[in-house]
This record gives sequence, structure tokens and C-alpha cells, in this order.
Amino acid sequence: MSNSTKVAEATGRKARRGRKNAFTSKDRAVIAGLVGGPTLLHIVFVWLPAIATILLSFCQWDGIGGINNITWVGFKNFTQIWTLYADFKVALRNNVLWLLVFGLIATPLGVILAYYIDKNLKGTKFYQTAFYMPLILSLAVTGIVWDYIFRVNGLVNSLLGKDTTHAIAFFGDPHKNIWVVLGIASWRHIGYMMLLYLAGMKSVDPSLREASAIDGAGEWYTFRKVIFPSLRPVNVIVVVVTIIEALRAFDLVYIINRGKNGLQVLAVAVYENILGESARIGWGAALATILFLLCLGPIMVYLYQNFKRID
Amino acid sequence: MVTGKKSKLGSNVAIGILAFMSLAWIFPILWTLYQSLRPYGDVLRKGYVSWPEHLNLHNYWAALVQSQMWKYFINSAEVAIPAVFLTLFLASMVAFVVSRYSFKFNVALLMIFTAGNLLPPQLIFIPIFRLYLHIWVPSWVNENNVLYDTQLGLILIHVAIQVGFATFVLSNYLRTVPKEISESAMVDGASVWQHYWKVILPLLRPALASLGVLMTTWIYNDFFWAVVLLKTGDKRPITAALSNLQGEFFTDYNLLAAGAVLAFIPTLIVFFVLRKQFVAGLTIGSTKG
Repeated sequence: MSNSTKVAEATGRKARRGRKNAFTSKDRAVIAGLVGGPTLLHIVFVWLPAIATILLSFCQWDGIGGINNITWVGFKNFTQIWTLYADFKVALRNNVLWLLVFGLIATPLGVILAYYIDKNLKGTKFYQTAFYMPLILSLAVTGIVWDYIFRVNGLVNSLLGKDTTHAIAFFGDPHKNIWVVLGIASWRHIGYMMLLYLAGMKSVDPSLREASAIDGAGEWYTFRKVIFPSLRPVNVIVVVVTIIEALRAFDLVYIINRGKNGLQVLAVAVYENILGESARIGWGAALATILFLLCLGPIMVYLYQNFKRID
Repeated sequence: MVTGKKSKLGSNVAIGILAFMSLAWIFPILWTLYQSLRPYGDVLRKGYVSWPEHLNLHNYWAALVQSQMWKYFINSAEVAIPAVFLTLFLASMVAFVVSRYSFKFNVALLMIFTAGNLLPPQLIFIPIFRLYLHIWVPSWVNENNVLYDTQLGLILIHVAIQVGFATFVLSNYLRTVPKEISESAMVDGASVWQHYWKVILPLLRPALASLGVLMTTWIYNDFFWAVVLLKTGDKRPITAALSNLQGEFFTDYNLLAAGAVLAFIPTLIVFFVLRKQFVAGLTIGSTKG
């Protein structure tokens, strides 16, 4: 704390002095350019479209006519999505399932893995590499790789001795496919969580652990009372990352079956309403706005976590 | 020494479980590799789960040359390389100003960049898609004269989004670098630009390396934006083009396996060469609160 205030003071001092002595008009122009260019790009291509989408969610537009064909309809899109758009509830349920599986299964598994890998047991480099592998694989390739395991003539069905007519349709059965996809998504998420927690555990003061061990504390006690409390910053990031990843889910289901037949998710629903057969831009925008509202909490938490000390 | 024995046994069990899980973790990838080395004829006769009769690199040759996959690799490079360099360049400029000069707007600006990077892509893609259909570009960029369906458009959106995260990371990094270095540059009468170019950029090198590795992987692996903004299959980077191959060669899955392995190789190389930077990049923001 005191360190960061000192830094802030130093910056303030320097800038005040700088403004008096060193800022020529050319310098001022350079600073404006250095900040202005990137900021303009970011605002024009990210923030203005985001605001436009939120506004569009209250409008009706078939997308064919120009922007003067847009009419304001209030909350109609939202009520219609709720009452008329059957895929919405399935998509929402799937995104919630995604979040629950990530939060309640994948993340704890990542913590356990990180804990044991952190012990530097024999072969630790290999274990780490293995769990990182899914992270560097694109989701497009991930879909293909798992297809060989779960397809009708794939590994699992072959091992179960099922020919293609009696095969289990892991991807085709709308009651099963979401669980298969969640398993694949977790394969990736567990490694990510392991990586984050491992970095956190490496930064735990070793003397704290030693002290705890000398006091005769058990492993579980040491983990709960010494290691876990010092992982607080990691926990915040993990919550944010997990929620945002669960809501962003798109690539995997799109690769497998374009997000239909049991694999509906919100991100695909937005896509379908904009680029699908029926262009209902109002609905697409409303769905995107719902997605945004769900992300808003984690975004605020992330900002608070990272900026509370600067102010 | 009872506890010693007990913990020894415990760690052996842990090693056993970790080793088993690690192998299970990479098994699907190894399985794809195995299928990619087999001719489709063998699989047709004996099924996917069978001992190999022939193992060769024919599928790789077929994927790269016959299906012209090499073109998609070039597309990927054409998008990822400029996008990463441009992102790092722009982000380092903003990070320099907000961490070395104190303006009132600094924190607000950083928050805009950080939050912008976290917005769901679907929230921005609707107007972007519409906008791209109306932004004029010269014929040598796109014969249809619009930004939609150009790699330039894809690069721009990647840069605009990633610059948010990169600015956040680089300014955090610069905050840990002592200000004295900058002070001496000011005393020497360096201009703002010299201060940035000669003092700050060299200081940022380790952070730029981590970020560069991470962003190359992200942009290379991107699927959503490439599918949404590029209509012409021939212009798509390899990650997005794979789904075309999937449709085109759906009869020959062993060829597709070779394609998948090929698409994986560049990130695998980057990972093994720059593993430390990769891990450091992913953990940015989590170890420092």
C-alpha cells in the first residue's frame, strides 16, 4: 500500500515538474498521438459497437433497408425472446450448466492438481505439460480431436462393441451431447485453472508452510489455513475467468453441430439471429445485451480488484 | 519415522495418479496423431480401433499439397503477425503515457481498455458486421471495395480488442519498473518520443515477449471472428478453414486428422520454445492483486 502511494507521489511530482519544464508543444502533440490513436481505435471498434448493440436491442430492424428503417419497440424484443424463442431457454440452461460444471467440478479439480504438482514430485514437468496441452489447442482442433473418440464409429463405441447402427450418439442425442461437450470443455478448463493456481501457490511464502509443518499441522489444515487464504487474488481472477468463459462458449458447439439440437448456447443464438436464415437483428441484439448483462458483474469485480489500489 | 514412510507412500500414490491422468489428458491428441498416420483404406477395412497395417505421412502430403492447406497457413501468418505487432506497439504507447505522466484521465482510460477486452465478442459483432459492409477500401485490398471479407478487417478487430488487454498488462508491468530510469531520461532532455522509443520500449521487452506469445496463440486460434468476418473460404486462416475441410473431406477423416495435427504444430512449437513466457502471460493479473 505505502509503496504504491509513494509511486503515485513520485509520478505526480515528476509530472508537475515535467509540465513546467519539459513539455514543448511538440511533446504535447506526441502524447496526444500516443494515447489518442489507440484509444480512438479501441472506442470506435469496441465501445461504440457495444453501445449500438444495446440500443438496437430496443429496436426492430430487418437489416435489409438502411438505418432509417429502424423502429423503436421498447422491451418487445426481450419479451418475445422469453415467450416465442424456444431456443432461448435451452441456451440459457446450457450456459448455466456450463458455469456450474466449470465452477463446481473443473475448478476444484484444477486446485487439487495444482496442489500436487506444486509438490514437485517426480515427473512434474511432464504432468504440467500434459495439462497445458488443451490450452494451446484451438477449440476448432479440440472439436476434431474429440470427434475421433465419440463419433459413432469412434473409439468409445468401438470399445463397447457397438456397430454404427447400434452406436451411442454422443453428439447426436440431445439429452447426452451437452454433457459430452461439457466434459470436453472441462478438459481444457481444468488445465487453465491448474495453471492459475499453480502460479498462485508458487508465490506463497515458503517459510509460512515450514512454520506450519514444524507446528505439526496436517496437510489439509495447512492448505486451509495457510495456502488457501494467500490465494485470494487468484480466486478472484478464477471466478471472473470462469464466468466469462462459460458465457462466451461458442467455438466448440459451433464446430460440433452449429449449436443446434441440444447444444444451443447464448453466443450461438446471437450469431443465428444475425447471420442465420432469418435476420432478426433486434432479437440478436437483445440476446447479446442479455449476455452482456450477465458478464457485467464479473467485469466490475475484475476492475475493482485491479484498480482499487491505484486510486 | 512413521510419518516419513507414510508420506513416501502418499507421494508414490500421488505420482501414480498424476502420471495416469497426464497420459489420459494427452491421449485424445495422440489418438488423432495415430489416425493421421494411417491410410483411409486401412480404417475402412478394419475400423478406427485396429492395429496399424501401414503408417506413413501420405495424409500430411495430401492435406498440405492436394487440399492446399499451405495457403491457409499463409493466411494465418498474414493475419496474426501484423495484428500482434500492431497491438503491442499501440498498447505500449498508451501504457507508457499512463504510467509515466499523471493525467486525470489515466485510471478511467485504463478501465475502459481493460473492460473493453472483457466484453463478449457477440456484443460488438452486430454493428461491426454492418459497419464492415459499408467501409470503403481500395480495390487492391478487396475487389468488392468493402472492408467485410478482408483480412485487413480481421486484423483491425483483433487489434482493437486485444489492445485493451495488452495496455492493461503493460501498464501494470511498467508500474513495477523504477521511475528513476525515466527521471534520468528527462534530465538528459530527451523528448517524449525518445523517452518512449529509447528508454521504455527496451525496458518492456520481457513483458512484450510474454504478451506476444500469448496473443499469437489467441489470434492464431481464433475461430469466431474469422468465421463471421471472412466469407470467402480461401481467405480464412487455418483454424477457421479446418471447418471447411471438415465439410469438403468428410469421407476421409484421416486426412482431416492430418489437417488438425498440422494446425496444432505451430502453437506447439511456440509453446515448447517459449513455455515460460506463455505461462507468465496467462497468469498475468492473477498473482499480483
